[in-house]
Amino acid sequence: MFRGGSATLLPTRPTETTVPTREYDVVIIGGGPAGLSAGLYSARARRRSLLIEKKGAGGQIATTDIVENYPGFPDGIDGFELGQLMHRQASKYGMDTEYAVAERVERLDDGRFRVHLDTEEAIEGKVLIVTAGADYNPLGLESEERLTGHGVSYCATCDAAFFVGQTVAVVGGGDSAMEEALFLTRYANKVYAIHRRDTLRASKIMQERALADPKIEFIWNTAVEEIEGGDNLSGVRLHNLKTGEKQELPLDGLFIAIGQTPNSPLISQFVTLDEGGHVPVNEWMETGVPGLYAAGDLRCNSARQVVSSAGDGATAAIAAERYLSEHFADLFE
Amino acid sequence: MAKPIDVTDTDFDAKVLSADKPVLVDFWAPWCGPCRMVAPIVEELADEYAGKVEFTKLNTDDNPQTAMKYGIRSIPTLLVFKGGEQVGQIIGFRPKSDLKRRLDDALALA
Repeated sequence: MFRGGSATLLPTRPTETTVPTREYDVVIIGGGPAGLSAGLYSARARRRSLLIEKKGAGGQIATTDIVENYPGFPDGIDGFELGQLMHRQASKYGMDTEYAVAERVERLDDGRFRVHLDTEEAIEGKVLIVTAGADYNPLGLESEERLTGHGVSYCATCDAAFFVGQTVAVVGGGDSAMEEALFLTRYANKVYAIHRRDTLRASKIMQERALADPKIEFIWNTAVEEIEGGDNLSGVRLHNLKTGEKQELPLDGLFIAIGQTPNSPLISQFVTLDEGGHVPVNEWMETGVPGLYAAGDLRCNSARQVVSSAGDGATAAIAAERYLSEHFADLFE
Repeated sequence: MAKPIDVTDTDFDAKVLSADKPVLVDFWAPWCGPCRMVAPIVEELADEYAGKVEFTKLNTDDNPQTAMKYGIRSIPTLLVFKGGEQVGQIIGFRPKSDLKRRLDDALALA
């Protein structure tokens, strides 16, 4: 069996063993480009590989109208389609998928990992590659949740068509915000772009497009102070951070794109997260805990691109393969 | 696999509001990534709730009247109907266990 003596094979928490458990070589949490690439490489290395995905394969790209910067697709590719293709490719080589939420991770005495799912099942893996990405940030205002789906949205590609001929606003200054604003111009009459600063964080090409669009009007140095409305959104109260001036802006739709928070709490007991909640890794996506890898948007200094996340996933899987053959080799002899 | 059946503006009354069993309606559109992502999970639920809940889907592009009637401004949205009344609403793409919990809550109210 494992190196390190038989005594450690006793279960540390006997009650846990009553949970139905499945065993894999490689367990991946998160089905975005990083996780799907890791799964592809692990499956092709003939490792029993499982992808745990909380919603559906593709991750954040599935809500992207068109991905224009993934090499190999000169005309761009539908984000959902790209995610489906990646999933199909990894599945073709034997990667399994489980649609469930990973709620807790523990490291067993023999160095393996046990992932507890919300389905009352557990998955054990010799290595764990966490590619759980990041979820969008809400503004954190009182009526935000109540009005979500009633004028407040986090996905322009999903909901823009409900705002034909109407007045909407996008909050944020990054690529996502500009993409949403530009997408909304196809449907809405007027698109306000509300941003806290007087410069954009978005890439130059997205900036150029948004600033040149006659339907988009920028409201600079301004924060949304409150979201207003009864059954449906009626508008927002704005606060100019430079002048202190307050202003009511009537709106039919409000799209929020103010960045993301990494889904790292799941493994925060094993690593020291940076200020933004990202997981520090080395160039092999190793966390410092043997057998535990983090890749994609979740890790420190990620370029947060589809192509870099896919690269991360491949790197983690190659490093994991090396670890498996060094530490668990005797299992296969 | 129990595939959700398509409902339209024309047959919504007959297939949803006048149905004997509770009916779940998945409001979706072809251009909505999360709607397409949630589809396989809704199909799994359709299997698990077979005989208890009728699963349907409505394309909001082709059937704007029904979408407007129920104030749909964000998709995917799942609505649950019982005896012609709306008894549940699930807005946005959520994990399967969350969908089940919310569906069970709606059925308990029904």
